[in-house]
Amino acid sequence: MKPAITVRELKKAYKKNAVLKGVDFTVESGTIFALLGSNGAGKTTIINILTTLIEADGGTATVGGFDVVKSSAKVRQHISLTGQFAAVDDMLTGRENLELIGDLRHVKDSAQTAKALLSKFNLTDAADRRVTTFSGGMRRRLDIAMSLIGTPSIIFLDEPTTGLDPEARNDMWQTIKTLAQSGTTVFLTTQYLDEADELADSIALLHHGKIVAQGTAAELKKLVPGGRVKFTFHEEGQLKAAITLLEKDYEITKGDDLTLTVASGGSTTQVAGLFIRLRDAKLEPADFSQQVPTLDDVFFKLTSNKKEEK
Amino acid sequence: MRALKDTWTMAKRSLRHIVRSPDTIITVLISPIALLLMFVYVLGGALGRQTGSVSYVDFITPGIIIMTVVSGIAYAAFRLNNDIQKGIINRFRTMPVASSSILSGQAMSSTLSNLFSSLLVLAVAFAIGFRTSAGLVEWLLFAGLLALFTLATTWMAIFFGLQAKSAEGAGSFSYILMFLIFISPSFVPTTSMTPLLRGFADNQPFTPIIETMRSLLTTGTAGDKVWLAFGWCVGILVVMYALAIRQYKRKTIVANS
Repeated sequence: MKPAITVRELKKAYKKNAVLKGVDFTVESGTIFALLGSNGAGKTTIINILTTLIEADGGTATVGGFDVVKSSAKVRQHISLTGQFAAVDDMLTGRENLELIGDLRHVKDSAQTAKALLSKFNLTDAADRRVTTFSGGMRRRLDIAMSLIGTPSIIFLDEPTTGLDPEARNDMWQTIKTLAQSGTTVFLTTQYLDEADELADSIALLHHGKIVAQGTAAELKKLVPGGRVKFTFHEEGQLKAAITLLEKDYEITKGDDLTLTVASGGSTTQVAGLFIRLRDAKLEPADFSQQVPTLDDVFFKLTSNKKEEK
Repeated sequence: MRALKDTWTMAKRSLRHIVRSPDTIITVLISPIALLLMFVYVLGGALGRQTGSVSYVDFITPGIIIMTVVSGIAYAAFRLNNDIQKGIINRFRTMPVASSSILSGQAMSSTLSNLFSSLLVLAVAFAIGFRTSAGLVEWLLFAGLLALFTLATTWMAIFFGLQAKSAEGAGSFSYILMFLIFISPSFVPTTSMTPLLRGFADNQPFTPIIETMRSLLTTGTAGDKVWLAFGWCVGILVVMYALAIRQYKRKTIVANS
């Protein structure tokens, strides 16, 4: 199957400020792809280029097999965009918003399409109220429902859960998963690592206008030292002794209270070696636990490295 | 065909906005009607001596109607800019919608609603003594000129609506048009102005439009400036349409975030 999106050497600058400095990635059809980056990393700029809103200064991008500049009209037939802020019409009712998009996409029966989506997104009761009266979560749901009209094969979601409460956020995650199960390609941007971890089949990490890492959540987590063990000691003396003992050979991080996190290397032998060193020095921790690497660790490691290069 | 259908869908949406915000309709109507009453009843006694055989209410009604249109189109700029700020225009631009229909829908709804407002103002003028000797042909010419003027200035509003940084600032261009209405033969004949001002007033685009409208309604003749009046309207329309489309296609309209 052809990839849903390919991006090669994409560059964009606003005046003299380079936002994208050569971005490359590929999104396979029917998968959820998360573009991860902090505020101002250039995520929205990439979405704007891929959805034909702005043109890049250099490089190429295809969406649904079509070039975003040369065949923008074809691209628009395959995509829908849900922007960072719910782009819904406040003066219309929920139903009218859906029917408007249905009419513009020339679906056979916009009234019926609107009705089905209102029920699917739990908005039937509020259907004939003006959107001004909707809560943030309801606006988001309506926004997504509007994006599904005309069954686009690739859906762009720009920070879909920013500003949502935990419950609404969970609902959104379920919606995104259901979409992907039905074969739709989902391209989402997020600044939340747990969101990318929870949803995405593939994650690309955007930092200072470049992709600094790409892969599955598991692959990315391998980029940070594994086999980290967190020890808690009974008293300060023991903790200091442990630091003196281990700091030459291991990467250690002193935590709050009496805790110490040690990167042992990952294999069973290496973890066992760490414990033996402690036992031989007659240091007995009160407690220990294994630390699973999170995307946060990956993110901080990769982004702090990049800063040092500068 | 598709573009026409999309234009109508867009115009319907925009008309719903207008009907659902009665406060904007009132704001559009209130200042021209108040000015009409003030000029006729407060200043009319003094100014009416300048207008010769034409009664003062007959004299100023065309200018008041032009003023109604100018205050109405400011809201078209406001609405368009508001759609940009809220990301609604961007949503449309990523859809397979004929791109001309997004702007043309606004132009259509603005023209229709402003013609309706003009009709209401005309009704008030009739109620306070406005009388006309225009026949059917003159009325049709008057309506045609008014519609063309509204369409042309609406495209001006669309251009400024696309350019403005905020919805609140989008309508400010209409102050310049208001200024053009005052420095024209709308309220007093230009012969009573200082020579410098008169030179400007006699040659600016609103003058032939207002004089032709007045001539059609009061004497029932088109007058000698009818071609100039239509010419200015077509010229403004063509230039503003081209500018608006160019601005739209620059693809730099991104909502503030």
